[in-house]
Amino acid sequence: MRNVIPVLTIVAALIALWYIAVVPMNAQWTQDQARRAGQDISFTELVADTMSQSRPRLPAPHQVAQELWNSTIVEEMTGRRGFMNTGSLSNRSLIYHGWVTLSATLLGFAIGSGLGIALAVGIVHNRGMDASVMPWAIASQTIPILAIAPMIIVVLNAVGITGLIPKAIISTYLSFFPVVVGMVKGLRAPDQMQLDLMKTYSASGQQVFAKLRWPSAMPYLFASLKVGIAAALVGAIVAELPTGASAGLGARLLSGSYFGQTLQIWSALFAAAILAASMVALIGLIQRVTLKRMGMAA
Amino acid sequence: MKDTRSSQTNAPVIEAQGLNLTFETADGPVQALKDVELSIHKGEFVSFIGPSGCGKTTFLRVIADLEQPTAGTITVNGMTPAEARKARAYGYVFQAAGLYPWRTIAGNVKLPLEIMGYAKSEQEKRVKNVLELVELSGFERKFPWQLSGGMQQRASIARALAFDADILLMDEPFGALDEIVRDRLNEQLLDLWARTEKTIGFVTHSIPEAVYLSTKIVVMSPRPGRITDIIDSPLPRARPLEIRDSPEFIEIAHRVREGLRAGHLDD
Repeated sequence: MRNVIPVLTIVAALIALWYIAVVPMNAQWTQDQARRAGQDISFTELVADTMSQSRPRLPAPHQVAQELWNSTIVEEMTGRRGFMNTGSLSNRSLIYHGWVTLSATLLGFAIGSGLGIALAVGIVHNRGMDASVMPWAIASQTIPILAIAPMIIVVLNAVGITGLIPKAIISTYLSFFPVVVGMVKGLRAPDQMQLDLMKTYSASGQQVFAKLRWPSAMPYLFASLKVGIAAALVGAIVAELPTGASAGLGARLLSGSYFGQTLQIWSALFAAAILAASMVALIGLIQRVTLKRMGMAA
Repeated sequence: MKDTRSSQTNAPVIEAQGLNLTFETADGPVQALKDVELSIHKGEFVSFIGPSGCGKTTFLRVIADLEQPTAGTITVNGMTPAEARKARAYGYVFQAAGLYPWRTIAGNVKLPLEIMGYAKSEQEKRVKNVLELVELSGFERKFPWQLSGGMQQRASIARALAFDADILLMDEPFGALDEIVRDRLNEQLLDLWARTEKTIGFVTHSIPEAVYLSTKIVVMSPRPGRITDIIDSPLPRARPLEIRDSPEFIEIAHRVREGLRAGHLDD
């Protein structure tokens, strides 16, 4: 409970600020409409109208919540193309678009973490890789993802790879880096004394890795995975933008901006945020269970 | 008790001849060991005492093949230190207990047994035995942070005793503990030494500790690290704590102190 109250206080403050901002952002349109109709409107009418426009500059929080609800549960339960009527997810629902993005995110994250761990193991055990890999890994992250994503997708398209894989590769590109950095640090966490102890047992390199380096790296691994999965989601969304993809949260953002559908944009943004938060929370849960079983309650 | 000693019982377990070790540092070479000559025989309890920088820990690490001498020879059980290490001839106890936080006490003691490939049933049996030996029975399932510093160090000694090494090397194992805990652990260590008949090399900078524990005291001095005196203790092997008030004890302690002072006068 102690932790919940401060969080709720901040959330409440942000929502209040948001509501306050809605009025000046949308007032212009309301006033124009009134002038055109030759009407005088009171301040309360003005405020009420700024919060119920169909294409507001800045939608009010309850509008976004309503849109989120309509485009998920309502669409699937009652929509013509919804799950209850057709047996498959509706292409107008955020559940469908969220899943399209999530599947690419998870695949990219799996490849990215695997690659990150493999590179870290190489860097820690091989002098040559230590000197050569890290600068390239850092360089890779200095290239704007928006610049390289279209090229990756176009090149892969040209060789006949489309759909999930190109998006997953961009997720991989963003998510391997935090895992490399965290795991290099984690695998190097054991101090000289612990390594000396292993040496007195004539332990093999594999044994040192399995019994000392790997368990030492666990707290670092989970911290990196949390950053990695959020980055993977960003990668998948960015990958959906430049290709005019018809499905995915990125596609919803793009089509929303083409047609001035701010509600659609904001609800897609929130869907992405909820997705990211859930995934990070899930990793946090796995972390707590794992570290607790290892006797290292975090 | 199983006899693990080598066939030639009179040959020294550890023998160093003309041993030199120079570290190359950024400030130029530092001579950590100079012309060290020493023989340690089976079942002896040898303490290395001296101020910081006298090379006592370095010498222990050379025996353990954790440092390489730059000149001279050293044999451990008649082999080079590297061969002896690969034959798992010694257990090493560091200054800090260094238990793995993610392993229980039993799991920590089991670590060397797992690495050396002992059978599961044998592992359980040995863990039980050594934890009994260091009076930690009943703490098998505790994690290190649930134990006091003294208990952690006892667990780390149990870890070094778990496998069949007949040499035990200890690098200031009780240095970080308070006097009362230390006395108790010293008593226990003597008891353990009598029961296991191991050869023990023990680094300390406490004069009473060295005199109380040892059959042989090696006094060392710094810059360059060298041996200034080797004292064979006339004290009997069975030593109650009260022996520290006997005239013999005080006499040896005096000689150790003289040796340490002589080493410093050379500066």
